[in-house]
Amino acid sequence: MDKVIKKWFPLFALPTFVAFSIAFLFPFFMGLYLSFCKFKVVTNTTFVWFDNYVKAFTANGDFLNALWFTTKFTIVSVISINIIAFIFAMLLTKSLKGTNVFRTIFFMPNLIGGIVLGYIWSMMINGVLLTWQSTITTDAKYGFWGLVILMNWQMIGYMMIIYISGIQNISPDLLEAAEIDGANGWQKLIHVTLPQIMPSITICLFLTLTNSFRLFDQNYALTAGAPGKQTQMLALDIYTTFYGRVGWQGVGQAKAVIFSILVAAIALTQLYLTRSKEVEN
Amino acid sequence: MAENDNKLDLTEEEIAALNLDKDDEELEANSKYTGKSVSSEWKNFLDGVEKENEQRKIKEEMDKLKLQKPKGKKMTGKDIFAFIVLVIVAIGFIVPILLVVMNSFKGKLYVSNEPFALPTAESFVGFKNYVEGMEKINFIPAFFTSLFITVFSVALLVLCTSMCAWYITRVKTWYTKIMYLLFACSMIVPFQMVMFPMSYVANVLHLDNMFGILIMYLGFGAGLSVFMFAGFVKSVPLEIEEAAMIDGCGPIRTFFTIDFPIMRPSAITVAILNAMWIWNDYLLPTLVLSNDRTLPMAIQYLRGGYGSIDMSQMMAMLVLTIIPIIIFYFSCQKYIIKGVVAGAVKG
Repeated sequence: MDKVIKKWFPLFALPTFVAFSIAFLFPFFMGLYLSFCKFKVVTNTTFVWFDNYVKAFTANGDFLNALWFTTKFTIVSVISINIIAFIFAMLLTKSLKGTNVFRTIFFMPNLIGGIVLGYIWSMMINGVLLTWQSTITTDAKYGFWGLVILMNWQMIGYMMIIYISGIQNISPDLLEAAEIDGANGWQKLIHVTLPQIMPSITICLFLTLTNSFRLFDQNYALTAGAPGKQTQMLALDIYTTFYGRVGWQGVGQAKAVIFSILVAAIALTQLYLTRSKEVEN
Repeated sequence: MAENDNKLDLTEEEIAALNLDKDDEELEANSKYTGKSVSSEWKNFLDGVEKENEQRKIKEEMDKLKLQKPKGKKMTGKDIFAFIVLVIVAIGFIVPILLVVMNSFKGKLYVSNEPFALPTAESFVGFKNYVEGMEKINFIPAFFTSLFITVFSVALLVLCTSMCAWYITRVKTWYTKIMYLLFACSMIVPFQMVMFPMSYVANVLHLDNMFGILIMYLGFGAGLSVFMFAGFVKSVPLEIEEAAMIDGCGPIRTFFTIDFPIMRPSAITVAILNAMWIWNDYLLPTLVLSNDRTLPMAIQYLRGGYGSIDMSQMMAMLVLTIIPIIIFYFSCQKYIIKGVVAGAVKG
């Protein structure tokens, strides 16, 4: 059968592959090359080896600042989102009334785009901060916590639903057996529920980690980096390096390469670590 | 998950079918020697099968009930406390959206000075913000641009990537293996890595319009979609396709009459994930499109130079952007939640 299908490559696989090459493959390798070049227009480049990479760190503190801000933000939001989502999931898998209504409400913010979310929360947070005569751009602290709240609002429902499907897949026999052996609620949670939902935890950690680390739209709409560039995350810093300063596109591309390596490293490490803790059913 | 179940069912049925054949022959052979009545054995066997089926059905029913929640059970004090907490949190989740709606009817100054106050006779401006905002950012063209791009990109993605996934899982050679690897790797690369060269390529190839961007979305969304379809195609038994081919179906007919209908659950998941991404996407259209504007771009356009924003118009435009999403959400909520979870589990 292989051979019959094989000659149909142009119809079945070629359109996707051509588009993939135009939109991803070619730009990817071109980007890799450009990160070693100094240029103002792409057609006129000079090869400068690792100059851009050095500049990314030494020319100004923006990149390291953004890296630090992003790391802080990622740690805080990943922990808070997952804990809160898990608690909600535990509550909703109990026999409560209106479970579906709650699920619908909690999931809704996930569908709203980052730009829209950013403006909704800039209105909310500015309204609250009005009491102290300040706005979200007065202090980097406000921007940071604003972003954390926004991210929680957006992602909790999504993570909650993944946890719910994990919890519902636990066989009731296991919990019953634990109960007969005299385990209390806390022990059941630690020794039965958590190990059983490790696959869900892997997925949720992966999604929250990568989404928080790569955040752009929300950051751009909420504070756009203000005050100064103090609330700028990595993705936004790369964007402003590209389009904010002529002649610095090479540095921007170098930052993007470092950014990609970081994202890949974090994601793969996390997957490796949590996968190894999953139990075979 | 649903796909896996499907697969299990299929194989189980097949096994059952195989067993039936075997038992039949064996029984007949046995009866020749032992003289035992075939029909009674046969009946026992059938009874067994029926019982098994019944048990399975009961189990399924019970699972369904478990999912739904036991009705009529009395809530304990603890449960009532949890319920109240959830109600409060749920209200907290809706309040931001309600506030946006409320503020969209207030005058400019009142939005920034007292965003939490209800509109009064003084601050109420009717639909002024809506009318002015829509004019300012050309809302209607932007809405249709977004709609056009989302609908056709998703259609293109579902069609092309399902075909591609089928091809690269069915044909096993060096280049399909490489393609699969490339698609899988592309999922983890952040957009910032390719955005600058991509906008350059789009410009050079004259793809910087509403039609060209469809190709960009097909290319950039291909990784995840192909990966998800490929995972599903692997579970479709080859025998069905072989049978179709022996009956004279060409690859095209085999794919569209046999595989594509079976792939429906995956197609829905892929469509929903991509629709959510493309409808809300800001950066890619900003960099690629040169004349048209999508909705998120139009919203961002309201933020004038140096962060001066007319918040009242902004609120009105946010309401108009959220309404279609909420309608879409409530009209196919079941599919969306299922699709998003299935997508997460695979991706």
